[in-house]
Amino acid sequence: MSVPNDRKYSDSHEWYLVDGNVVTIGITEFAAEELTDITYVELPAVGKEFAAGAAVGEIESVKATSDLISAIGGKVVAVNDELADHPELVNDDAHNRGWMVKIEASDLSPLDDLMDAAAYGEHVG
Amino acid sequence: MNESPLHSFHVKLGARMVDFAGWSMPVMYRGIIEEHNHTRTKCSLFDVSHMGRLYLTGKDTEALLQLVCTRNVGDMSVGLSRYTHMCREDGGILDDVIVSRFEDQYLVVCNASNRQKITDWLSRHAAGKDVQMTDRTMETAMIALQGPEAIPQVEKLLNIDLSGLKRYHFQTGSYFTFKYAIFRSGYTGEDGVELILPAGIVKLAMPALMGMSNTDDAVIKPAGLGARDSLRLEAGMPLYGHELTEDWDSLTARQGWCVHLDKDFIGADAMREKKEKGLTQKIVGLKLEGRRTARQGFEVRANGETVGQVTSGVLSPTLGESLAMALVGMDHTKDGTQLSVQFGEKEVAATVVKIPFYKLSS
Repeated sequence: MSVPNDRKYSDSHEWYLVDGNVVTIGITEFAAEELTDITYVELPAVGKEFAAGAAVGEIESVKATSDLISAIGGKVVAVNDELADHPELVNDDAHNRGWMVKIEASDLSPLDDLMDAAAYGEHVG
Repeated sequence: MNESPLHSFHVKLGARMVDFAGWSMPVMYRGIIEEHNHTRTKCSLFDVSHMGRLYLTGKDTEALLQLVCTRNVGDMSVGLSRYTHMCREDGGILDDVIVSRFEDQYLVVCNASNRQKITDWLSRHAAGKDVQMTDRTMETAMIALQGPEAIPQVEKLLNIDLSGLKRYHFQTGSYFTFKYAIFRSGYTGEDGVELILPAGIVKLAMPALMGMSNTDDAVIKPAGLGARDSLRLEAGMPLYGHELTEDWDSLTARQGWCVHLDKDFIGADAMREKKEKGLTQKIVGLKLEGRRTARQGFEVRANGETVGQVTSGVLSPTLGESLAMALVGMDHTKDGTQLSVQFGEKEVAATVVKIPFYKLSS
């Protein structure tokens, strides 16, 4: 299982890739494997604003539905439209083509509390 | 935690094990959708050893079963199995079970989650009667082989002829010195069999089972509880805890076909009264727009009003549609009725459709 070291990780298995003040969020390969076949990803509308810690989307798999949580607050500037027809991209390539939302962060500091790749690798190992 | 005799088989094949009604059971091996599709096209092996297996003997057994089963089980010939419910006095469903008649005994196969409840229920109503009950769940294994290739594969494996074995019939046999019972039944909507055999034999047979099913081009592959659930849902089969609960009766659950109101049984009066007054709600099939999966407990609405709740849902691997079963008010049960399902604040349109969603063409 891969855990790229260019990003931060949450307990609830989201990854956060920072570029300036825009943060791309997805779920980890570990989470995608745990969820099994992902059948649908419900994403927010572009322009919608969220507080830190809010559920910004839902991930449906054959077995269960789970929330996509964002540790940072801000405005949604992009969502991965490709997932509408190809939710399996999350299973196939969770850390790249399976990205879910880009949020323009109002405050990046919550990311300081998240795990780096080494800590997350240990967390799920 | 209880372990099936096939436990090490599951672990060696890399299954994801979950706690299911106090049993460590495989939810999937390679992927639920892949296992689902393999069952519809080839043959899957399901470990269903967690199901309760209660054997009853004594001259009052038939009378006891007639009393507790909604269906007439008094006229069964040897080698016949029947699906039936057991209900409380008020009609609340205690369990759905399969009763099989052997030469010298009856077998009741019940759900793992209800094994203690059904054991207690049978014991209570057997008091003062000539009935002896033996729970052989732990000393036997139960395996289902399901799919279009199941019958020829089992014939080859056990060197038997199943052409004379009709649906819901069973026969006993022996393989070398091992005795087994083979039932033409299942919970997938496919043809196939369920086998009950001594736990020890399964352990011995495990290396062969593994070698047989652990290659990419294997005809028989293992499938877990995840695929079992999506398969039964497509086939419109109810699941205890979802479409069947103590909160409602067999008629409401749309299982009136296994309720014989012309005989006396526990719950009959309540169901006769229901039938006379008319049901207030019923389980229906729903087809949802889009690809989201409805989950148990989601609200069903008609014109903004809550009229029921989802009991099970799946994005059907075979049909590619979002399907669900739901308990709704009687005014909303006709085929073609337009309803909606609430996904949080979002509403998804749904149409009442016939159950089963998937039917094997014969």
